[in-house]
Amino acid sequence: MTVTEDRQVGAGRLRKEDARLITGRTQWTDNITLPGMLHMAILRSPFASARITSIDVSAALDRPNVVAAFTGADVADVQGSLPCAWPVTEDIVHPDRPPLAVDAVRYHGEAVAVVVARDRSSAMDALEAIDVDYEPLTPVLDLEEALADGSPLVHPDKGTNKSYTWIFDSAAAGTGTDAAAADAEVVIERRYVQQRLIPAFMEPRSVIVDPGAGEYTIWSATQIPHILRVFYALLTGTPEHKVRVIAPDVGGGFGGKLQVTPEELITFMAARRIGRPVKYTETRSDTMLSAHHGRDMIQDVRLTARRDGTVTGISVKLIANMGAYLGLVGPGVPILGAFMYNGIYKFPAYRFECTGVFTNTVITDAYRGAGRPEATYALERAMDDLGVELGLDPIEVRRRNWIKKEEFPFTTVAGLVYDSGDYDAATAKALALLGYDKLRAEQADRRASGDPVQLGIGTSTYTEMCGLAPSRILGALRYAAGGWETAAVRVLPTGKVEVVTGTSPHGQGHETAWSQIVADELGVDFDDVEVLHGDTRSSYKGLDTYGSRSLAVGGIALVEACRKVRDKARTVAAHMLECSPDDLEFTGGAFRVRGTPDAAKTIADAAFAVFAAHDLPDGIEASLDADATFDPQTFSFPHGTHLCAVEVDTRTGRVDIRKYVAVDDVGKVINPTIVEGQVHGGVAQGIAQALHEEAVYDESGTLVTGSFVDYTPPTAADLPDIVADRTETPATTHPLGVKGVGEAGAIAATPAVVNAIVDALRPFGVRDVPMPCTPERVWRAIRAGGAS
Amino acid sequence: MIPVAFDYLRASSVDEAVAALAGAGEDAKILAGGQSLLPVLRLRLSAPSLLVDLGGVPELRGVREEGDSLVIGAMTTHDEVSTSPLVRQFAPLLATMAATIGDRQVRHRGTLGGSLSHADPAADMPAAAAAVEARYVLAGPNGRRVVPASDFAVDLFTTALGDDEVLVEVQVPKLEGWGSHYEKFHRMVQAWAIVGVAAMVRRDDGAIASARVTLTNMGPTALRATALEQALAGCAADRAAIEQACAVAAEGTSPRDDLTASAEYRRHLVQVLAGRAVAAAAGV
Repeated sequence: MTVTEDRQVGAGRLRKEDARLITGRTQWTDNITLPGMLHMAILRSPFASARITSIDVSAALDRPNVVAAFTGADVADVQGSLPCAWPVTEDIVHPDRPPLAVDAVRYHGEAVAVVVARDRSSAMDALEAIDVDYEPLTPVLDLEEALADGSPLVHPDKGTNKSYTWIFDSAAAGTGTDAAAADAEVVIERRYVQQRLIPAFMEPRSVIVDPGAGEYTIWSATQIPHILRVFYALLTGTPEHKVRVIAPDVGGGFGGKLQVTPEELITFMAARRIGRPVKYTETRSDTMLSAHHGRDMIQDVRLTARRDGTVTGISVKLIANMGAYLGLVGPGVPILGAFMYNGIYKFPAYRFECTGVFTNTVITDAYRGAGRPEATYALERAMDDLGVELGLDPIEVRRRNWIKKEEFPFTTVAGLVYDSGDYDAATAKALALLGYDKLRAEQADRRASGDPVQLGIGTSTYTEMCGLAPSRILGALRYAAGGWETAAVRVLPTGKVEVVTGTSPHGQGHETAWSQIVADELGVDFDDVEVLHGDTRSSYKGLDTYGSRSLAVGGIALVEACRKVRDKARTVAAHMLECSPDDLEFTGGAFRVRGTPDAAKTIADAAFAVFAAHDLPDGIEASLDADATFDPQTFSFPHGTHLCAVEVDTRTGRVDIRKYVAVDDVGKVINPTIVEGQVHGGVAQGIAQALHEEAVYDESGTLVTGSFVDYTPPTAADLPDIVADRTETPATTHPLGVKGVGEAGAIAATPAVVNAIVDALRPFGVRDVPMPCTPERVWRAIRAGGAS
Repeated sequence: MIPVAFDYLRASSVDEAVAALAGAGEDAKILAGGQSLLPVLRLRLSAPSLLVDLGGVPELRGVREEGDSLVIGAMTTHDEVSTSPLVRQFAPLLATMAATIGDRQVRHRGTLGGSLSHADPAADMPAAAAAVEARYVLAGPNGRRVVPASDFAVDLFTTALGDDEVLVEVQVPKLEGWGSHYEKFHRMVQAWAIVGVAAMVRRDDGAIASARVTLTNMGPTALRATALEQALAGCAADRAAIEQACAVAAEGTSPRDDLTASAEYRRHLVQVLAGRAVAAAAGV
């Protein structure tokens, strides 16, 4: 007989979780109702900085259906401080962050009091009966002014608005950026501003805390149920084994749900005080005000080079806005970028210095890419400017500097070892897909004819570090936890398979991709695999989903667990077939005796034999399951070339993306449909940063982009068609060859778009347009450019 | 968010609605399509004690001919306005502009009367009604009165409607032989206009015989660009001449500075957009 392989890995299967996610007929946290459940509403500060001189909730208690109301002062001795798991330096200034403000508020939207009622409307109505007297203070809003002498202080007891300064300097290893600058033939010095963004996940956050008899069950729309469980135990004094955290289906996160939130802890305190289940579901307005924001930093960059285009060094000075407190991983976000300011290029000198600063704004923390988009933006913008300075095509100046295929593994100036990549191949493909030469010719024609609509082409040749993260490196960077991931695989008596993963999907499609991997590893049907996740009772161990880590770390753990199961099944099958395990090969979904392929046993056969346990080989336990934990030795490094062609109406400043090409190399691909979806979503968010989105606080510290009317994420109708293609250079550092794709689009797209706009407007003397590049800003840049 | 509690009356006739409004005073609000009112209620920016829903009044919905006019019921949705054969024949600018509003869902809920009565300077239909010189029919406790477009919008979110009056319908003079166009400039496809310019042009061979130009979001109400209309009368129907005339497009306007755009930028933009709108309406 012929044995055929029906490979699932690599197939563009539709996602098995989508029907329930798209119809909403599932357990979103807010869909869950418990017997006797109460509803909480939160009163938030209208001021950016104020002392609370008095606060009285007694009138709220008299409102209909109200069960309880309390303030920060009422829980001051039990509420503790929200955690920062990444104190990046030894001397970091790390202020307490109470879930409920006690005597001062430090950002617009900070929680000051709560009402718990029998229904949500009554809770919201009763908020209006709470009487708070504030003594407003001058807020600290500007990053540079915050660092100046005499600035008001966000935390007066700390004596400074500076949280930390973190430095990397290649001079320690021999080559310094000052030496490179002294010898430089070309110096590109630029300031870029990463505007503040709001993650804008689709499902607002929601949490339910059910206080059972001495044990707590917590449902939360979070990315990190496992990490949350640890912190719930540490922060509330509840023994960890009495805390069960469930992240049911979660509607997006983008890093925005990688947080231990005030709301989660306040809901816990309410449920503990009252002794009944309490739910808090935020409104979109709450999300905008109080969920952490992203980006928000000033980047001063100095790129040095020789006239032949060879880059000799880069020096980067950041001021990063932490907001009013330190978020869970907030201080570390710019540090993740520190390893990426060299990108795909080889040069000997690099200095990075980041100062984290407190302001009277909501905290910043991880947002899709977390540090890497900012780094890529600064580098790729500067590379374009270098090309212009030298009269070199932007592709050519990059090519002269990037690491060649044969130079891998390559140790970068930032100290990482890139295992693999093929920048020439990805770029060649992207250029062909865009029709680069033809568009350049059209650009020249439009320039020559003075067309009011100018054409620009933007390039972004990016890499990123995925697969967060090797635990030893995290330790060296002072991160509190590790970066391993775990998976368990159990084959049920009828041959169906349950997988327990420590990753916590919130839209990524793990159930589908994990099923494809298991189907191939164990030779079972795709539909016969069930993936369990997000409940610390079934999945007791894991480090959750962020940083493009789930497949690149959790996927490897899954493969290793599958192989343990397969090895055991092989022993059982050999016993059943009365041969040596070495005589068996695993093909076409079954163990077959070499040379006699009809003598075969499937995993299901072995599973039932193990279940019956009537005749097992000596020393084999009656179970067909295994788990594995994988701690990566290094990161993975996807890369790619994104090209964007824009038309700029020079009379109105309007930018239209005419064509967007994304060629990504994410290593081996489990499911190309999911990969393409990730690229589309990431590119959409990258374009959004370039053109549309900005969180704005006015001079009083009031968030004025508090709804989607003013904070404008693009809809499908605002976005171009995206040509997404791939090259495939497998990772060499683990058995699956995958690299990660969750953040690539968001990292690559922003500089591609802005470079395109600036490219279109070079004849007008334009060198920069601040993000987001709104029509008015483009128009003003043209007017300020000095050319006619 | 959840609105503050309110009473709700689904009126079955205009008279019933008027009586309810008269009884409730300023605390009552009319609910038409709800596309502006409901967000305001949900954000608790407004807390009326009574909502009078006009959705159950059949006479308020639909388009009919009455002599030299089209009559469009106040509860006619933007989608119905944009697809009505009568509107497309006799007042195509209304159909064009209604089709640019929000998204498909909004156009199926939002109504012409609701938009005109809300009088948001960033909304499209007030400028459309001004361009076609619509007349507004208002019903109150003392019967009905007719108000010309120029007198209906008074100020930001303020109209000639009394607290106890309901906008019943608008009368639109039938016009044929005019070209029309709307240039709507917005950052997001579904957003309000930063600036919009509606133009209607009647040509006399190579020249513009007559032009009407109205502006969205260039002042507290939709504005008629009278200086530009005068400059266009008799102007050659070619792009250069039109653009030259449009240098006065911002005259008499008072645009605001806000998060989306500065007043200065709006004054610049209106000239560019007027040039494009008039040229398109003139067929050049």
